[in-house]
Order: sequence, then structure tokens, then C-alpha cells
Amino acid sequence: MSYKTLIGLEIHAELMTESKIFCKCSTEFGGDVNTHTCPICLGMPGTLPVLNKRVVEYGIRAGIAFNCDIAKRTKMDRKNYFYPDLVKGYQISQYDLPLCKDGAIKIETDQGEKEIGLIRIHIEEDTGKSIHSNDGGSLLDYNRSGVPLIEIVSQPDMNSPEEAKLFLEKLKATLQYIEVSDCKMEQGSLRCDVNINIIDEDTGNKTTVTELKNLNSFKSAIKAMEFEQKRHINLLEQGKDTKRETRRWDESKSETILMRVKEDAADYRYFPEPDVVELDIEKDWVKKIKEDIPELPHVKRERFVKEYDIPSYDAEVLTSTKALADFYEETVKHTKDPKQVSNWIMTDILRRLKDEELEIDDIKFTAENLADLIKLVNGGKISNNIGKKVLRTMFEEGKDPNTIVKEKGLIQINDEDKLNEIIDGILAENEQSIIDYKNGKDRALGFLVGQVMKATKGKANPQKANQIIREKINNY
Amino acid sequence: MDFLKLTVHELRDKLRNGEITSEEIVKGYFDRLEKLEDKLDSFLTITKKEAIKEAKKIDERLKNGEKLGDLAGIPVAIKDNIVTKDIKTTCGSKILEDFIPPYNATIIEKLKSEGAIIIGKTNLDEFAMGSSTENSAYKVTKNPWDLTRVPGGSSGGSAAAVASGEVPYALGSETGGSVRQPASFCGLVGLKPTYGLISRYGLVAFASSFDQIGPFTKDVEDLAIVLNNIIGYDKMDTTSVEVEKKDYKNALKDDIKGLKIALPKEYFDEGINKEVKGKVLKAVKVLEDLGAKVDEVSLPHSDYGLATYYVLAPSEASSNLSRFDGIRYGSRVKDYDSLDELFIKTRSEGFGEEVKRRVMMGTYCLSSGYYDEYYNKAQKVRTLIKKDFDDIFKEYDVIISPTTPSLPFKIGERNDDPLAMYMSDILTVSVNIAGVPALSIPCGLIDGLPVGLQIIGKAFDEETIIKVAYNYEKNSDFILEPKMGGDINEL
Repeated sequence: MSYKTLIGLEIHAELMTESKIFCKCSTEFGGDVNTHTCPICLGMPGTLPVLNKRVVEYGIRAGIAFNCDIAKRTKMDRKNYFYPDLVKGYQISQYDLPLCKDGAIKIETDQGEKEIGLIRIHIEEDTGKSIHSNDGGSLLDYNRSGVPLIEIVSQPDMNSPEEAKLFLEKLKATLQYIEVSDCKMEQGSLRCDVNINIIDEDTGNKTTVTELKNLNSFKSAIKAMEFEQKRHINLLEQGKDTKRETRRWDESKSETILMRVKEDAADYRYFPEPDVVELDIEKDWVKKIKEDIPELPHVKRERFVKEYDIPSYDAEVLTSTKALADFYEETVKHTKDPKQVSNWIMTDILRRLKDEELEIDDIKFTAENLADLIKLVNGGKISNNIGKKVLRTMFEEGKDPNTIVKEKGLIQINDEDKLNEIIDGILAENEQSIIDYKNGKDRALGFLVGQVMKATKGKANPQKANQIIREKINNY
Repeated sequence: MDFLKLTVHELRDKLRNGEITSEEIVKGYFDRLEKLEDKLDSFLTITKKEAIKEAKKIDERLKNGEKLGDLAGIPVAIKDNIVTKDIKTTCGSKILEDFIPPYNATIIEKLKSEGAIIIGKTNLDEFAMGSSTENSAYKVTKNPWDLTRVPGGSSGGSAAAVASGEVPYALGSETGGSVRQPASFCGLVGLKPTYGLISRYGLVAFASSFDQIGPFTKDVEDLAIVLNNIIGYDKMDTTSVEVEKKDYKNALKDDIKGLKIALPKEYFDEGINKEVKGKVLKAVKVLEDLGAKVDEVSLPHSDYGLATYYVLAPSEASSNLSRFDGIRYGSRVKDYDSLDELFIKTRSEGFGEEVKRRVMMGTYCLSSGYYDEYYNKAQKVRTLIKKDFDDIFKEYDVIISPTTPSLPFKIGERNDDPLAMYMSDILTVSVNIAGVPALSIPCGLIDGLPVGLQIIGKAFDEETIIKVAYNYEKNSDFILEPKMGGDINEL
């Protein structure tokens, strides 16, 4: 039997505009509850929404980045339903004339490049947040009410959770690149709903689409999809079908849990929002937005190869997120040594980030600090190995490398008199190694250099030590 | 002072030449109001203390030789669906029983900056849904011409207040005739401006694509004065329109020779009270004698106006009124076992019958499966009705008709018959559907009850209808003075 998984995603990304979509309130995350509010975003009687032009601009920017058709005429619609976090009893969203449609995101799978279609991108307002208190009551925070969102709806073109992961990563990176959303899933500025079902390719039978919601991270999204994939296949194998339902991921149980069965499609009674006039999107404006769009990942990658003369693979890795690319370029600016910077980031820094599940934004030191470290190594002030130690300290303490080197007395010993003195002592204690070396055992030289490094706690300049030892043995 | 008769421009002149102070004016009106309210029930909230304080400030400024606008120091009453900062705004509904808005409607800001003195908030049909002001959750306002009759609605409180001399002018709002119809019933000049002329920010929405604030005044000159001070684009309302600043007082001139008047035959058919029709045609004759040219025309889709209105307006209302859910402000029931129960009980108890009827109608019309049949179809008819008006206005300057098909009816008479009630709007709703401006001006009395003449104009051409109204007013030969059940006039 061969099964094909069909996954479609619905992504909500909060836009990085200064103010909300229909009023002047701040969109900043983390303010005291109900402080970023006004009569408009609280939906008080008589108030009217005024569409923030920036929101439309950001929506168009996303549309351009994902190769969508940008609408010539668009409008807002009301989506009606009752919920305490929804201040007006309707959400102002877009229904039949979305801002952007028919786009695509390219992902790199093991089988090569694959295009995932985008059905649409539309703009809408976010809702407030319910906070459930211990006594069973609910409290409401409307700071988020009216924060602008784009909703991106994909075709069910992904055939595995792995592809969905690649899609999400690419989407996130691009939105960050074009400075439209910071895409912080943990702060809820990127949210992802999944539609998944399975086709038995032999019989053509397929399961009913399950919707997955409340996925708080890429990881849980992927795990939930993997779980659902198995659940659907199991049911298919038993000749059964799934129900039309919404499920959520339970991290502690590592399984999806039924939230609600969708017996009837919810009727949101969409109709055109009479308080916001229809929008004609001028061609020249779209052109201007296109011209001003921040550099996209693939363009940046090509530029890195050309401008910094680094391998294509390195450029790919360094441009995987905008933050990383920015960090790289900033470091290069201070060192003028793009290859060395690439080496340091590609190896020690990224390994550490991966081990600790951190992002480049989370580290304690700056690009300038890293540049200083590289300068210390390049200038022979400290050895490469000491440099790595210093970097570890930078990760832990966030201090600048010059301070660390000074505090720990790590300056490399380049002084030949000093080295001569140390090496004389080492040679006196290791006559056997001298003999071994003379008998052609090259490894003995390495041992002796190692002893010098040990004696100097790694501070001796290894090249110089090597050279001096060789000279001394030859003259022995 | 004879507050019953005084107009805004007369008060302004007296104030300017030092004949009277603003404080005296305001106190004078309150004296009258306090005696009349028992009989009329025009007001829901009275702001006497604040009003007198404001009046004193105006007097101070006048004493200092400041040049103030036409409305400075003169009282105004506001329909209680226009939000007023720190003044209770109930919309005539239990659900907003204790709602005190922390913000002003744009029109209130404008009036305040002009020095207008707000004396209170007037009664209305709940959320402006009704044609008699009987749908208020608080009181039934009476018609000053006959206390057993309705003042019309939904802006009945404002109309009764002006007609009885409780206040020299007032603001109402229209969705389907809620200024013109009570103006007609109470013998006042009432205007529904072009959609977009006046900011809707702070007007509690009934049907957003129809709603528009409109003034009630005693004469056409007052209308021009008030209009001058309340129009204009508002960046808080993107449906408001940037128009060239005009002085509507310039329209007060004798110049209607050659003006082309259209009389739509559909507005004069059998459903219209014969005597009303007679008064209107007599008024048209006055205009004809002044040199206007009159033709009978057709607005072929008029028959669908009421149905279109009663699909679209409740649809929008069902959504607009969703925010009254008991969560953030307004009343909330005490006992509920679930979230749904909180919503359902709060809204069932908070809204009156007519509001619930319209919310249900609108919800139905927007439901999937019915949307195309109702909402969408009504939108198409709306386009046809607009085109009817466009076609006529290619050749004519104004359209004239009766404002209402009948005289003010008795309190309680149409309460149990919503359809009969809806019929009161049959001659006014199409104007709201098309978004064009129209005013009602008294054109005589039948059995002591006023009759309204409706003058409809091109979009944003309020000047022409004001000019026509002014010419008629100057040349009409009847005296308007409500008897108010006999004794009230003596005050």
C-alpha cells in the first residue's frame, strides 16, 4: 500500500507595524494588561476603524516576496461570531477579495526544489486574549485586540511533516527578511494551523481532513503532524475514516486531543465591512513597495558569494535567517576578514546555538565582540585554541574578548627568550622524545609541542614553539 | 422671552447685541423644559449644571470682546445615540443603561469648539430602530401638537424638544427617515445630509452604510447655520468625504427661476393620504409660481425601497449590535452557567422586541444559504435605486414629495403591527438607500397636525434643497405653532 499525506497550512503572522490596524495604539508585546487600548480597539459604541496604510503595505510586501498577484481592488469584510476576546462581535478580515493571491514558496527537499502553492494572503485584526484565573473566572487582556495580522493560506501541497517544516522555516525566514513580522511563535506573533489528511494511492480512498490548532512551536507542529499522519493511516488500514474535527497537540501526552467536532461548517455570516471604504491599489505604489523591499534570502546568498568570496554552502547557511546574516555582515564590517568570520560562525557559534537550542538573537555578545576576538587570533595575540576558549566565556558571560584575555592572562607567549627558557626545561625532562624524533618518529615533535602548551596553559605560540623545538633538537 | 418661537439666528443676534446673556438663555430653556418634560418626555438625560457652567464661560468670552460663532452660547439637544464624553449615552436601550462614554463623537467636539451648549440627551427608539419613539426602553415621547400622538421616530425626542421650545435646535440621526419623518410629524425643518457629509464617528451604528446625523431646526436659516458647523471630512471616519468648505447661508436667496422640480408619481400614489398629497401639491404650486418648472417623473424601483431597506439595514444592524455582549460595558445578567448563557441572557434581557426582531432578520439575511437570496440581491436593488435617482438628477435639480404617507398617528396605534410601522418610512428610505440629501419642511396643517414636504437633492448639493426650502418658507402662508394640549403654550 502506498499512502500520500496532504498537508495544507494556515499561518497567522503579526505585522511589525508601530500601531494597530485600525487605531493608534501600540502593537508592542508585553505591556501591562489593557494599557495598549483605546475606545476603537475596545470596539466601544460609535467608534470606527481607520485602516492603517502600513498594514496594507506590509501585506503587499509579503505578497511580492511570495510571488503573489496583488489585488487591484480589495476590501475588508466582517466575520461575525461571539467570543469575549472579540470586542465587536465580529472580526474585520477579508473574504472574497484578499489583498494577495496565487503565490508560492520554494523549498529544498531531498528530491530537489519543490514549490508549495499559496492560495491567498489577507490582512485582518487580531483578537484579545482570555486569561483563565484559578477561581474559574476569566479575565481579558485587549492589548492584542487590533494588532494587525496577515493570514497566509497554502495549498495542500506538502506531502510530509518534513516538507511542512521546510515550508514553515522558509516562510518565517522570508517574513523576517522583509521585515514584516518578527515571527516569534512563543510570543504568538506567528501561529500555525494545519489541515491534514491521507490518500491511499492504490484505492483512491482518503481520510477526512483534520484541523490542528494551538500549536505553540514548529516542533509541536511537526510532532502533531507526525502523530496525525499515523492516526489517519491506521484508520485507513482498518477501512475507517477520520471525522471532520479540530484537534490540538498535547505536549505532555505526546498526542493530539479532540477539541471539537465540526458537524456543520461554522457560519460566520461574512459581509462587506461598511465602515472601511474599498481600496484601489495603485500600480505605482506596488512598484514602489517592490523597489523598496528588503533583500530577499536568495539575493543575499548570491551577494555573499560574490562580495565576500565564500562558498555557496556557507552563504546558504549564513543567510538562513536575517538575524544571522546581519550578525555575519556586522562582524565582517569590523574585521574585514569575511572568510575567517564565516569559519567562526559556521563552526563554533552555530554548533553552540544548535546544542543549546538558541537563536543568534539570544547570544550575550555582539558582532563587534566577535570581530575583536577574530582580530586577537589573527594578530597572533592569542592562539586559535585559546580563541575558542575565550568564545566559550563570551557565550557564558557576555564579556568582550579583550577583557576576558586580560582578566585570565591569556595573551600568547611570543617572546623567544621566554619560549627558549620553557622549551629548554621541557627538552631536559623528555630526552626519550628527542631520541624518538631523531629516529624518525614525527609524533614525538607533536608531543613536545603539547608539553610546551601544557606548561604555558595554552598560551605559547604553537607555531613558534614548534619551530624552536625543531631547531633545538637538530642542534642537540 | 418667547422660547417657543425663538430661532438660533434670533438668539445669536440677541446675544451679540447684549440683549440677553447665554446664562439667561440656558436657564430660560431649562425653566421651560422642566415644566414641559412631565408631559413630553423628550429627554433621557439633562445636563443642567454643566450647561450653565458652559454658558457662563461663553458670557465671559463675549464680555472680553471675543468674536464667537453662530452657535456659541446657544443650547442644543443631542439624540442619545450620539456619544458624549462623561454624559450617559443609552441609545434608548437597557443594555446601555449606565454607559458613560470616555470619548466624544466628532460632531460633539465640533459643537463644543463652537461654544454650543449641550443641555441634554433626547429620547429615541432603541438603537434608532423605529418610527414613533415608542420603542425606547425608558419612555414614550409625545407629539407637542397632540400629546396623544407620536412625535415620529426614531429621533422623536429631539423633534419634540425643538417643536415644544425646550431647545432651539437639536441633532437627530437617520437610517431610513428618522430625522425627516419626526420633523414632518412635529412641524420642523429636518435634514438628512448626503452620506459622508457629516462624520459618523461617535454615532452608535445602526446600519453603517445608511446612518447619518441630521439637525432639526425651526427654520431654514437655522438649518444653514447649524449645517455650516457640523459638516466636514473626519480622519476618524473614512466614509466621510472631503468637500469644499461652503457657507450654506449663501443658499438663502430668492433664486429659483427655471429650477427644475421632479414629482415622482410613485410618491403620490393611492397609499398616500389625500389631504397630505393636497398640501404638498399646493406647496409645489407656490414654487411653480416663483418660476420653477415642474414635471411628473418616475423612480421605477421605488416599490422595492422598503424591502431593500429592511434586508440591508437589519443585516448591518445584526453585526453592529453584536458588540453589546455584556463583557466590556453596559449591562450583564447576574446569573449564567456558561459563556453562551451569559451572551444569550444579557442580550435577551437587554434588548427590546423591535431590536431583537431586526437582529434576527439581519442574521437570517446574512446566513449562508440565504445571503445571495437576500443580502446580495438587496445590494443589487440598491444599485438600481441609486441609478433611478442619478437618472432623474441628470435632468432635474430637486425631487419633491410628501415626507410621510400620513399624519402623526396615535400612541399605541401601530405597536402591534410592525409592517404598518415600517410603512411610515416608505417615502424616506430610498433617499438613505441612495445616499442623497433630503429635507423635510412644514407645508401646512391638517386638523391641527403638521404636514411635511420632502425636498430631495443631488449628492452633496445641500445648497439647492436649502435654497428651494428657503423660497418655499418665505412664500408659504400658514403659521406654525403647536398647541401642545392647550395649556403648554401658556408657558
